[in-house]
Amino acid sequence: MVSDQKPLGSWSVKQGQIITCPAVCNFQTREYIVVHDNKVLRIWNNEDVNLDKVFKATLSAEVYRILSVQGTEPLVLFKEGAVRGLEALLADPQQKIETVISDEEVIKWTKFFIVFRHPVLIFITEKHGNYFAYVQMFNSRILTKYTLLLGQDENSVIESFTASVDRKFISLMSLSSDGCIYETLIPIRPTDPEKNQTLVRSLLLKAVVSGNTRNGVALTALDQDHIAVLGSPQAASKECLSVWNIKFQTLQTSKELPQGTSGQLWYYGENLFMLHGKSLTVIPYKCEVSSLAGALGKLKHGQDPGTHVMPRFVNWETPQGCGLGFQNSEQSRRIEDSEKHIEVEVRKFLALKQTPDFHTVIGDTVTGLLERCKAEPSFYPRNCLVQLIQTHVLSYSLCPDLMEIALIKKDVQLLQLCLQQFPDIPESVTCACLKIFLSIGDDSLQETDVSMESVFDYSNSVHDEKMEEQTEILQNGFSPEEDKCSNCDQELNKKPQDETKESTSCPVVPKRAALLNAILHSAYSETFLLPHLKDIPAQHITLFLKYLYFLYLKCSENATMTLPGINPPTLNQIMDWICLLLDANFTVVVMMPEAKRLLINLYKLVKSQISVYSELNKIEVSFRELQKLNQEKNNRGLYSIEVLELF
Amino acid sequence: MGEFKVHRVRFFNYVPSGIRCVAYNNQSNRLAVSRTDGTVEVYNLSANYFQEKFFPGHESRATEALCWAEGQRLFSAGLNGEIMEYDLQALNIKYAVDVFGGPIWSMAVSPSGSQLLVGCEDGSVKLFQITPDKIQFERNFDRQKSRILSLSWHPSGTHIAAGSIDYISVFDVKSGSAIHKMIVDRQHMGVSKRKCIVWGVAFLSDGTVISVDSAGKVQFWDSATGTLVKSHLIANADVQSIAVAEQEDSFVVGTAEGTVFHFQLVPVTSNSSEKQWVRTKPFQHHTHDVRTVAHSPTALISGGTDTHLVIRPLMEKVEVKNYDAALRKITFPHRRLISCSKKRQLLLFQFAHHLELWRLGSTVATGKNGDTLPLSKNADHLLHLKTKGPENIICSCISPCGSWIAYSTVSRFFLYRLNYEHDNISLKRVSKMPPFLRCALQILFSEDSTKLFVASNQGALHIVQLSGGSFKHLHAFQPQSGTVEAMCLLAVSSDGNWLAASGTSAGVHVYNVKQLKLHCTVPAYNFPVTAMAIAPNTNNLVIAHSDQQVFEYSIPDKQYTDWSRTVQKQGFHHLWLQRDTPITHISFHPKRPMHILLHDAYMFCIIDKSLPLPNDKTLLYNPFPPTNESDVVRRRTAHAFKISKIYKVKHLVLLFWIVGSFVISKCNKLHNWKIRAPSVSMQRTWIVGNKSPF
Repeated sequence: MVSDQKPLGSWSVKQGQIITCPAVCNFQTREYIVVHDNKVLRIWNNEDVNLDKVFKATLSAEVYRILSVQGTEPLVLFKEGAVRGLEALLADPQQKIETVISDEEVIKWTKFFIVFRHPVLIFITEKHGNYFAYVQMFNSRILTKYTLLLGQDENSVIESFTASVDRKFISLMSLSSDGCIYETLIPIRPTDPEKNQTLVRSLLLKAVVSGNTRNGVALTALDQDHIAVLGSPQAASKECLSVWNIKFQTLQTSKELPQGTSGQLWYYGENLFMLHGKSLTVIPYKCEVSSLAGALGKLKHGQDPGTHVMPRFVNWETPQGCGLGFQNSEQSRRIEDSEKHIEVEVRKFLALKQTPDFHTVIGDTVTGLLERCKAEPSFYPRNCLVQLIQTHVLSYSLCPDLMEIALIKKDVQLLQLCLQQFPDIPESVTCACLKIFLSIGDDSLQETDVSMESVFDYSNSVHDEKMEEQTEILQNGFSPEEDKCSNCDQELNKKPQDETKESTSCPVVPKRAALLNAILHSAYSETFLLPHLKDIPAQHITLFLKYLYFLYLKCSENATMTLPGINPPTLNQIMDWICLLLDANFTVVVMMPEAKRLLINLYKLVKSQISVYSELNKIEVSFRELQKLNQEKNNRGLYSIEVLELF
Repeated sequence: MGEFKVHRVRFFNYVPSGIRCVAYNNQSNRLAVSRTDGTVEVYNLSANYFQEKFFPGHESRATEALCWAEGQRLFSAGLNGEIMEYDLQALNIKYAVDVFGGPIWSMAVSPSGSQLLVGCEDGSVKLFQITPDKIQFERNFDRQKSRILSLSWHPSGTHIAAGSIDYISVFDVKSGSAIHKMIVDRQHMGVSKRKCIVWGVAFLSDGTVISVDSAGKVQFWDSATGTLVKSHLIANADVQSIAVAEQEDSFVVGTAEGTVFHFQLVPVTSNSSEKQWVRTKPFQHHTHDVRTVAHSPTALISGGTDTHLVIRPLMEKVEVKNYDAALRKITFPHRRLISCSKKRQLLLFQFAHHLELWRLGSTVATGKNGDTLPLSKNADHLLHLKTKGPENIICSCISPCGSWIAYSTVSRFFLYRLNYEHDNISLKRVSKMPPFLRCALQILFSEDSTKLFVASNQGALHIVQLSGGSFKHLHAFQPQSGTVEAMCLLAVSSDGNWLAASGTSAGVHVYNVKQLKLHCTVPAYNFPVTAMAIAPNTNNLVIAHSDQQVFEYSIPDKQYTDWSRTVQKQGFHHLWLQRDTPITHISFHPKRPMHILLHDAYMFCIIDKSLPLPNDKTLLYNPFPPTNESDVVRRRTAHAFKISKIYKVKHLVLLFWIVGSFVISKCNKLHNWKIRAPSVSMQRTWIVGNKSPF
């Protein structure tokens, strides 16, 4: 904390003058520079006491910011977008300053970098809710203009910006009014400076601050993987400083700021500076090297000398002592870099969807990526592949390797996505997916991020209501009293609790249910699927059957025979799969004692289905007869007037 | 061409009577058909099977036998015990002779055509000599025990075979005595029936007698020895009729199951001279009893209870593809049974013994092709007028204003005055009809309903002035000297100046009604007139003949019109000429003089005289609207014949323009059968009103 420390120096302008630009330090001359009243430049050093008496230069245009970093002379960014070096400006303060940005365009934010010893200036402007990024290269004097596309959320207002440089890209992070942080990658060397280029932004972190807060939000990048965010995480709560790991999407640390902040946040030399109430708060913060273990809080520094615990987590960054490990990590760092790079390129390409050869390029990209995946087993650009699959232009036949690799990697999320998106998956692959979905452990499922769209939270429904409805349905379709299966009844009567338990609780975890639903939705041909189904172990078959039976029971709870949820499996799909599984594995399943109850239930199920369908057939025939009668009645009228047209 | 509102009427339940006898005349190629109600119709097979003559039925006359005698004379005999001769010129019954033998069941003309033989209920067989103007009883043959149901002459005229119950007798004509009695087996499918009725016999020149009987057998007998030669069991029910070809190489039998069997005399082996009778082809064109069959040189003709007259060509005898090569089924009369009051939108339906008057409904809705429009007013049954006496109605007519109804039977002419007061109708018969109006063959009112034209069976045309509730006889056009041909068709021009009348064979006579004299005679044509009408404004007489030719004759110019000459020069489309039913009505649109509307049993057609005629390469029928063709193509392919066949399964009976719209009426296919009962049919009436500018 510096609040109880003495300021080293303090200067003030005369009454009536307004400081319009934060003071900066010219590191080369150890002088300070400030602008007041937009156009008046003051330069002084530690010895000066009165600002009135220091060097003064009145400029011809209004200054937006003076930017200074170590190792280069300060730059002056004018409000009209022009940039001058300080030396050149002081040589002729009244020189004419050109206008770069258009009318009504206002500079919102700016930052100055040194990239490969060359200064690069970026500034963001806004005009009528549209954002533009300007990148000024000083070695080549090229100014490139980009249009920032806000993506799906067009109405959001960008509250705060921060940027970091990563070799060829400026990673521009923006905090939007919806409380999410987006990342935009701006190439430092523009491909075509003449053209007005567009940049798309991608979601980096979701809902880090409450969408409602309009003031006091700020963000700053700490390093490549960490950002600090100032703002209230929830609408009602107090403002907070939080540090996020963007790679693993985890919250590293958080500090409550009860006295409120002004929405200003800086990070210099491992210290975070912010205004807290009326005081400046300095919080030292050193970013840990980003690793999954660290992100999950499982990294135990120094206490575990052996590395045998570590391999559980793929640690891409941490340099390890032994040579082999170092090599591995070098390689993985290289791969990770290229993955990141590819991801960026893909994202850039996807932003320009309207190219005519879009489909072919996507196809080529996927093929290329997959070839490399096969060549280098550790290379697996998952995010890229996900993005490419989501373009809806891929199919199985276009890239059969994709699912093969996903199967090898046991990437159930990607497999689920493929099952949802590809129309032409062969039955053998579907079956391989099913095998993985059934065999993968519950704990490894927890780590995956599968789409849960098709799964409804079945535990929500009230038990009593359910049972009542079910009886109703049964009476509607057929009379359960007439059921001839007396043996089954007796057996069932012995264990009534067992049955209720079986029928009401889902036999699989929701994530597995989501994966199995993807299988149920996929298209197949019975003849080709049956032989593959025989390869699935019997206990997995039983599990799947149990799940299908569970779904059927859920279906029959309501009159429309549908499951709740957005995209649930249909009754036909469920019934078809039950038949398929039994056809393929009946001899195996019938030998299993634990499957006996299930089979009895399924037998009853089929019986009830037959009864329902026979009733429906009867109704259909009756309706058809009625319709015929109705038509005849219409035709039989003794007199009608009709329209005839002759050609 | 335009859109029309079609009034689809299904309440004309006209029931034709079942067919009892057919008689084929080889010389004139005519077919006489008698029905169970006593009606006798004459079809001209040479004129596309046109029904050119008819004699109205009578309740007490049940015709059981019909035959042609020498000189195209037609005789019938029936259960009233009389033999009748029909006057084919005047279309009336020449005379009736009681044979005093009870009901007559059978009749046969001698091969020479000069003698008539009848078989009676009392078992007697009576021989009559046909004299030029009458018949004269000659003698009785040996009386048999039971009724004589069938008779057949040996082609030499020396012997006859008579079918009775359980046996067949062979008589020697000279002595009149029975020389053989051949007992027919009563066994039917192994079960002995009570009686075996010999429904038909045929005597062949080699002495073979073929009999058909109620046990379902066709049997061949040797008349010289009186023995059974061969027996064919062909049906589970009665075999009711037999007819032999003139060459005696084939014959046809009809059964009560509706089946017709063809038997042919074929060589036993491919080149042997020995021949035997073989059942070759069965035909099932009837749903009920085939009561009668005939064998023309090229066709098998059958008729029965289901009212259809079926003419089934023998393809091996047909040399060129023409009308004779197609199967014909004639059900409805080729004459108008409906008349129409255009002003009041009334339809008058003519039945055998009553008339029905209906008022058409209306709609205010519009629609597109094929739509059924909602009715704002339904059709009303206004009147049911029953005739007195046993005679069938010959013809009927309602005046265009709707105030007069006239109809005629053989002996009486009836004229009624109708008064409309709101929804009430009062009917008043005009009494004291003059005796010359006794029997009308055709009745027609003038367009303004002030004149009544009556074609009497004496060949005279009477003009009657109608005013208020009374009438006045104005004039009678007498037939030209030497002819007594009855006029069957009448047409009057819309201005009332011209009256056209046509008989069955001679040309069409056109009379000037104002000057009351014969104006001109349209040259006679080989084929009978089936329909004619006078176009408004131009006074062109449009005449349709049974060979599907249509002529247009200008009455004021006394010559065929240019269009008619063009048509004759170019010729009609071959498909048009191949249609097999005659045009039965012609009508005009009052505002479109270029359009002629005509129809036959299966289609109606508007001929647009302004468009080019179709040649044989053009598509005559445009089944679909030409939506996918460009205007150019459409214009190029458009031709004068606009044909609608959408009601083709029905039977079009009449087509009329009413005030700015026109009427089509139709008979439906026969249905609603009752087994062993006269068939019930539905007849339909259509009214078509134009909607868009036409």
